[in-house]
Amino acid sequence: MAIRKSYEEINAKIRAGQAVVVTAEEIIPMVAEQGAEKVAQTVDVVTTATFGPMCSSGVFLNFGHSDPPIRMKKVWLNGVSAYAGLAAVDAYLGATEEAEDREPGQTYGGAHVIQELLEGRSVHLEAVGSGTDCYPLREWESDITLAEINEAILFNPRNAYQNYAAAVNSSAETLYTYMGVLLPNLANVTYSTSGALSPLLNDPEYRTIGLGTRIFLGGAVGYVAGHGTQHNSARERLPNGVPLGGAATLSVTGNLKEMSPDYIQAAVYEKYGVSLFVGIGVPMPVLDADMVRCLAVSDADIYTGLVDYGVPRRARPVLAKVSYAELKSGHINLNGRRIPTAPLSSMRKARQIAALLGEWVRSGQFLLQEPAERLPLGKSLTSLNVKEGC
Amino acid sequence: MRCRFTIKFPPESSKIPLTYHLIKDYDFMVNILRATISGEQEGRLLMEVEAEPDKLEQGLAFLKSHNVTIIPLNQQITVEQDRCIHCGACTAVCLSGALSLDRDNWQLVFDSEKCVMCGLCVPACPLRLIRAEFK
Repeated sequence: MAIRKSYEEINAKIRAGQAVVVTAEEIIPMVAEQGAEKVAQTVDVVTTATFGPMCSSGVFLNFGHSDPPIRMKKVWLNGVSAYAGLAAVDAYLGATEEAEDREPGQTYGGAHVIQELLEGRSVHLEAVGSGTDCYPLREWESDITLAEINEAILFNPRNAYQNYAAAVNSSAETLYTYMGVLLPNLANVTYSTSGALSPLLNDPEYRTIGLGTRIFLGGAVGYVAGHGTQHNSARERLPNGVPLGGAATLSVTGNLKEMSPDYIQAAVYEKYGVSLFVGIGVPMPVLDADMVRCLAVSDADIYTGLVDYGVPRRARPVLAKVSYAELKSGHINLNGRRIPTAPLSSMRKARQIAALLGEWVRSGQFLLQEPAERLPLGKSLTSLNVKEGC
Repeated sequence: MRCRFTIKFPPESSKIPLTYHLIKDYDFMVNILRATISGEQEGRLLMEVEAEPDKLEQGLAFLKSHNVTIIPLNQQITVEQDRCIHCGACTAVCLSGALSLDRDNWQLVFDSEKCVMCGLCVPACPLRLIRAEFK
């Protein structure tokens, strides 16, 4: 009889310290050798992970009230502006916001502030208000640390892209992009997912992921807050359900105070700007053999488009379809030409996260949470267009 | 024996055909990978040489006798490896293969003997961990 397991059954095994946990890479040869039904009986949880630059990230901060109190209208942290159009001492610091007073070559942004806070360092807070009857103070300046402020809630509107286009440059000039340095005349290719270990590629139609899913976020326990921005689940798919390019996205949240600088890292992309490496791990419940077949996806089964960034348009040409087995091998063949490839997300860190999350589950401290609402299927994107008469 | 290094020579030595002597007198096989000579005639050559061990020693002694400084490559380019997250972005621009990822454990590997000091990796590192100075 085909095996079926509920979240409750899997969590009971986790509580008892008896759950069998493997990573999404380790399960691939197991399924090849034993078949999906057998693996569904023996394995309870499969861990997936990614550690890549995720620009759409940031943190909600509450600084606590000054005396006399101030209603902060503008806020800067180490010279980086945070959005303060919220209640008196709340602000949202975006990872890509850059300090304006830095010398060329000294790019510094919100991601760096987040990292310094995580490292326990002091950050300089400046704020201005207009002075009201209830909030009379007009200016505030002091140093703060992560431990001293009320809250620091990481809330990233778009992380963990389900697949992403690989990048190449057919133009005659070097391009400096968020996909790294793209050399002219198709001299290199960059890509940015962890392939067979990547969370959303292991559950391509979101059976187990959605609002409320408990995850590893930046070294702490976090949650999926729903689908992310630019969620494009209507993307064309392969017969195995894997989308052929950027598709679903996750919005995630967690307590920055509990996170670790080992799994959150500020980054600068030359002539592009600041980004934030975010470590995300998602545990997948082995509900049945169908779930195992999804989790057994290998790099050879996952394809993405090779997009030409040499064409500066929204719809850039797709030059070829390439598999992650090719991309991860170190080169691809394009029309008979051998082009070297390089990742932008760290497989090494992703493996560390998948292993660490596995330890958390095995030790009984991390239970799986069934989502209150799964990620939507069939959602497509709209674009910003010029309208007649404007 | 094969090795790669930069020689830095003072203005007075720029008039001597140093490379010619290395080839003719010491049987060096020389591949010049990078060269600059400043307005003051101070020069730098990044070269890969292959020679018999005793000839190599004699040739390097010859260079030193003309006030030439020999700088190993690993003193000119450094990667702060303990902070590296092994993302691989630097390997995208390293066509010489000095920076590569071990495809088994996905760790960054830096082999300074393959470096040609092009400097492209310096801005490519998102953590700014690479320093390279051809001087």
